[in-house]
Amino acid sequence: MRNLIGRYLNFKEEEERLSPAWYKRFRRKMTILVLVITLVPLFLMATINYYLYQSALKTEIVTPLKAMINKTKHSFELFLAERASAVSFIASAYTFEDLADQNTLSRIFLVMKSNFSGFIDLGLIDWTGRQVSYAGPYSLEDKRYADQAWFQEVQIQGKYISDVFMGYRKFPHFVIAVQHTEPTGHFWVLRTTIDTATFNNLIASMGLDASTDAFILNREGIFQTTSKFYGQVLDRCPLEAPPVSLEPNALETKDNQGQRVLLAYTDSLTPPFRLVLVKQHSEVLKSWIAFRSEIFLVFTASVIVIWLVVFTLISVMVRRIEESDQERELAYHEMEYSNKLASIGRLAAGVAHEINNPLAIINEKAGLMKDLMNMGGGVLDTNRFQALTDAILNSVERCRAITHRLLGFARRMDVTIEAIDVNSLLAEVFSFLEKDAQHRNLVVTMDLAQGLPSILSDRGQLQQVFLNILNNAFDAVRDGGQVTIQSRAPDQEFVQVSIMDNGVGMSEETLRHIFEPFFSTKKGYGTGLGLSITYGIIKKLGGKVEAESQLGKGTTFRVLLPQKRQEGGA
Amino acid sequence: MPDGVKVLVVDDEEPFVDALAQRLELRGFTVLTAFNGDAALAVVQEKPVDVVVLDVLMPGKDGVETLREIKQNKPLVEVIMLTGHATVETAIEGMRLGAYDYLMKPTDTDDLVTKINKAHGRKSDHEERIRQANIDNLLRTRGW
Repeated sequence: MRNLIGRYLNFKEEEERLSPAWYKRFRRKMTILVLVITLVPLFLMATINYYLYQSALKTEIVTPLKAMINKTKHSFELFLAERASAVSFIASAYTFEDLADQNTLSRIFLVMKSNFSGFIDLGLIDWTGRQVSYAGPYSLEDKRYADQAWFQEVQIQGKYISDVFMGYRKFPHFVIAVQHTEPTGHFWVLRTTIDTATFNNLIASMGLDASTDAFILNREGIFQTTSKFYGQVLDRCPLEAPPVSLEPNALETKDNQGQRVLLAYTDSLTPPFRLVLVKQHSEVLKSWIAFRSEIFLVFTASVIVIWLVVFTLISVMVRRIEESDQERELAYHEMEYSNKLASIGRLAAGVAHEINNPLAIINEKAGLMKDLMNMGGGVLDTNRFQALTDAILNSVERCRAITHRLLGFARRMDVTIEAIDVNSLLAEVFSFLEKDAQHRNLVVTMDLAQGLPSILSDRGQLQQVFLNILNNAFDAVRDGGQVTIQSRAPDQEFVQVSIMDNGVGMSEETLRHIFEPFFSTKKGYGTGLGLSITYGIIKKLGGKVEAESQLGKGTTFRVLLPQKRQEGGA
Repeated sequence: MPDGVKVLVVDDEEPFVDALAQRLELRGFTVLTAFNGDAALAVVQEKPVDVVVLDVLMPGKDGVETLREIKQNKPLVEVIMLTGHATVETAIEGMRLGAYDYLMKPTDTDDLVTKINKAHGRKSDHEERIRQANIDNLLRTRGW
């Protein structure tokens, strides 16, 4: 995980770390990463919530609707069954003769009407289809029904419940007819008419709100009750008819006006009708839309807040990193500089001593000449004077060589890339320490390869590097110890310089830390910066440095320097 | 004139030793020279030397080590250390070990001569006291 994020953020690219583009890219990648990490779960949660809530809401809305139409369907079936039973009962309880009697029929009808609502009339029809007797508000005696479809059907089914129709009576009603067969084989039919106003009462009892419509359709999709929105009794229902379902079913569809509606319906087999409930979708989803806009609002607000916070935080963070990087770089430069000053200081002390000696010689020679002039009694020995002035000039020449070398070192504080002969550079660096080596009786071996290719690099910095390593080697050996300076060209790309000593050496533990800043084994006088700066310089010059050491046996520092200038180096 | 004061000049720089020796000779000293510590010790051992002018920094046996051995072998021989700026501490260390004084290179000859004479004077006093003590000792022995 760490690797993955690290690779994504490109933490490896230390070298170009200080370029503004790196920070820009880092900030962008960081922002994207954090935004993805925060927003994806948020988005997922919002989406899941959205769908869960939607389905929950749908269930919550649809379930009571289904229950309601199921209940109402049963009420309808019960209502019709009751009335059919009543007619059947009358047909069974009375004989044809009783019913044929107009008075009896009227009396039965009155009883029926008082017990059951909705009955309009009652008629007896004999097997020929003639209306034998009739009780009701119309004069329908002797009316013939033999050729009517329902009369045929009642003979087959024994019972018949019609669709709603207008008929002679000019208002919506329906018919229940029951056939009764005498033992003689003759049959007769008892027929009653029921006002559909009772249907409307049943639907009204559902207690629907203004936006909800409920109605009954027959198999052909003709309104059996008046619809609030879609038409009058006996009109054709403009809604597309869904497949038959005896269980309550709900579906979303569009009505003839193109409005989205929630349609709940259930079918009944006997008698065949369909109870339909239509709820305006907008009404259904009022709370849903409210929820959706709430969730959208919260999501958008969250995204904006997260984005602002993430952007600000990361900007601040990256700026901090940038600043601290710059500070580090600056501190590093300062350390490098002070280290350079320290090594120059050390060098200066050595040089001062070196210059002191020829100065002392000049002092004595000149003093002697003066003595000779003062004390020789006017006789000047020209040869002697010649020898003395030669010696003075010799000493002056020595001083000049020393100051020249020092100038050569000091002049190169700025980075300038030039072709460098590594051997002469090593000799030059060693010349600074030669006196020191002499005084301590160190055996310094210069094992320099002939015909070493010159390298493109910075002279001043290389001087600093080798001076540093040589100083360390000198510090490591006892008086009379050995230091070997070796140069080689192991391949076409690099020149290798090894500085070996037979000094105290280092433990593996020490060896592991030598290139770290502020790590020092020279208690008291080391800054702990020398090798870390050496390491930094060699790295910058595109080279490599490694150290091998054995406690008590000595240390070898190996520096690989590229022959060509490396890309990307500073 | 400090006749007959025997001075040993020790330095690894031959031209320096050469010139200084001549100048001291011109001033009436008897001058011996050595170019390293061991040679100096040999000279001190073999010849009667009053004052050694000793350079601190020399390859091989350095000034301080040479001083220590001189003082060990010939405690009465006075030593004046010669030093550069960077090694003043070493010279002071030398004085702790018994050196008479130190001088910074390049030296002022008059200073050097003064110091040699003073050193010699101290050596003479010292020897005189030892001689006197010996005489006293002898006299006391006779009386006893």
